[in-house]
Amino acid sequence: MRDLEVFRAEVRSWLEANCPPEVRGPAASEDASIWGGRKAVFATPAHKAWMEAMGARGWTAPEWPSEYGGGGLTREEAKVLASELRRIKAQPALLSFGIWMLGPALLKFGTEEQKKRFLPEIVRGEIRWCQGYSEPGAGSDLAGLQTRAEDRGDHWIVNGQKVWTSYADKADWIFCLVRTDPEAPKHLGISFVLFDMETPGVSTRPITLISGKSPFCETFFDDVRVEKANLVGTLNRGWDVAKYLLAHERTMIGAMGEVGGGRPLGQVATGSIGTDDEGRLDEPMLRARIAELEVDAAAFRLALERSGDQMKAGQAHPAIASMLKYYGSELNKRRHELLMAAGGIDALEWEGERSHEGAAARDWLRTKANSIEGGTSEVQLNIIAKHLLQLPGA
Amino acid sequence: MPLILTEEQAMLKEAADGFLGENAPLSHLRKLRDSRDADGISRELWRAFGEMGLAGVIIPQAHGGAGLGAVEAGVVAESLGRTLAPSPFMGSAVLSARVLVDGGSDAQQAAWLPKIAAGEAIMSLAVDEGAKHAPSRITTTAERSGNGFRLNGAKAMVLDGHVADALIVAALTEGGLTLFLVDPVVAGMDIERTMMVDAHNAARITLSDVQVDADAVIGTVDGGEGLLEGALNLGRACAASSLMGAGDQAFQITLEYLKTRKQFGRAIGEFQALQHRAAHLYSELEIARAATLGALQKLDAGDEAAPLAVAVAKAKAGRVAELAVQESVQMHGGVGMTDEYDVGLFMKRVRVLNELLGDAGFHQETLARSQGF
Repeated sequence: MRDLEVFRAEVRSWLEANCPPEVRGPAASEDASIWGGRKAVFATPAHKAWMEAMGARGWTAPEWPSEYGGGGLTREEAKVLASELRRIKAQPALLSFGIWMLGPALLKFGTEEQKKRFLPEIVRGEIRWCQGYSEPGAGSDLAGLQTRAEDRGDHWIVNGQKVWTSYADKADWIFCLVRTDPEAPKHLGISFVLFDMETPGVSTRPITLISGKSPFCETFFDDVRVEKANLVGTLNRGWDVAKYLLAHERTMIGAMGEVGGGRPLGQVATGSIGTDDEGRLDEPMLRARIAELEVDAAAFRLALERSGDQMKAGQAHPAIASMLKYYGSELNKRRHELLMAAGGIDALEWEGERSHEGAAARDWLRTKANSIEGGTSEVQLNIIAKHLLQLPGA
Repeated sequence: MPLILTEEQAMLKEAADGFLGENAPLSHLRKLRDSRDADGISRELWRAFGEMGLAGVIIPQAHGGAGLGAVEAGVVAESLGRTLAPSPFMGSAVLSARVLVDGGSDAQQAAWLPKIAAGEAIMSLAVDEGAKHAPSRITTTAERSGNGFRLNGAKAMVLDGHVADALIVAALTEGGLTLFLVDPVVAGMDIERTMMVDAHNAARITLSDVQVDADAVIGTVDGGEGLLEGALNLGRACAASSLMGAGDQAFQITLEYLKTRKQFGRAIGEFQALQHRAAHLYSELEIARAATLGALQKLDAGDEAAPLAVAVAKAKAGRVAELAVQESVQMHGGVGMTDEYDVGLFMKRVRVLNELLGDAGFHQETLARSQGF
């Protein structure tokens, strides 16, 4: 306990020195988020410095082993770091599919060489990754994917199409599911491979969503050469890697229900609607709904923390990730419905500086994908029914 | 502190579940109810609780207790929620014990704590007055009179108050709130047993010019608010635990039913409509469980965020348990409406636990205020 307090003091003074004021407090909009990568765009130089400082310290991936560039922290230390970051309202130093999804899969399934090569640059935010999972014919039924990889000795030639590839147009590398054995049952002919998005034959086309933004792309592979050294896990057993990674992805999407982003809902509402003589939001029906949501959000935050603790203690069922994904994404959708109600007429603006180019409305629409991406809510409920509740025929 | 039970706490849970499963299963509640038992609780069971060390869970070892904390009290409360056993645990071992441990004089502690720990004495806390839990709207008064005070007012929802050996009464004094240790048999006390919908009992108590000595004051005159709030928060967290126990047990029974009940030639649990509802309920229960344990741990750590965490836990556990019992009855279909099947008993108990020490609305109000809206 004493050591943790020493650590807390260290963290606090380091953050004092290294966390610039520009990255404290709510982000102006989603565009200020730090994603890193070869084509990185930073809102200010301070944002770049913040990512680099945290990356050098390994604190963008606090619990990864330090030999791979991670922070090497214990879970308790990582909680201290997180609480200190929360205390000063620091914006995340790095948002990264590499950290949330690929990294855990590499740590479990990757070769030593792969870990040494890929993990440190993920931690430092140098390479931005995207995920090649869904296809036009393989959504909820992901294992039905058709993108094929033909064996050419020391490499494969990949042909096919992915869809809903998040930020494929901004990513440097892709982790991708390909069919390496078309004869085998669908789950047993898939492999998990990595390749550079600049490889000849890779092209992307952003998809415009109802938010007017294009966070997702169609991604096309036309005779793309992939080195066999970049196979993760066993040939034709990519589904194991995919599922493991999906659990992390689901936890990540679920965690959006926690982050919520920006100012607390109650503050947004009082700011735009006003308060009564006792300081209560001057809209009792909305106030009750917000309070109910914030109770759920606070409880969910603890459930996320608990699932991490259970995982550390070896008490977690892998399907817990489905529960967190389901709950968190539904929660985030609710939060944004209420944010729209709290903003009222002001939240309806689609363009203009006043509304940060319609940030509230666009963010609201974006959240509608939360319960679709990474496996729909219905798929998560199926998984819970089957694996956690053992209901018959599920 | 990881949000999981320690090995010792897990052992306590096993012991409490085992003890109640053997000595106070659901049939115990039914027997007390159907025989119209004069006390509505079993003093014998309460003594056995004492022998097991469960009645004195939060009472210091110096007073014969186990000297444990909120998490352990919550573990016991959850077990009680599972078998629905009527027990003076909440009134005596949680609410009254907390008040006495935190604010009792040496004499008050020596007189009552060892007896609670042994399961010999039943105590209760008289706070509520109106239809809803509202400690900030107490109107019972205590006026200075002679060597002590004269109490007037009416209390409700005094848990097992009809069989209490001593009562702690919250009343307004000149400059604030004061807690009094009151003998239930003195002149001016009118105690009426209320048999509730769940076959547990509370009492309505009318105090008409009840005279108490100055040494009946617990803590300081006008200084009872913090003392009361501390006990209420432990009680609320334990009520959340009981809600978790009752909600989860109803869910487990229902899950079993989904796997065995056949209609249209197959187990009804094969129908996706029911699978998804069961999976949703499971998720809600897991979220509520984390909130409840989080609140109990914060109480033990003396965390300044504990009161808010307790509000979150009680609100969440209450709403989720309510969903659990409604889904349980609905998924059982017709038999869920029968007295013979157990699920209806859980629905009744959850209604009472929801109202006890503030319902979801009460606690969501607390959260809204703390977040400045």
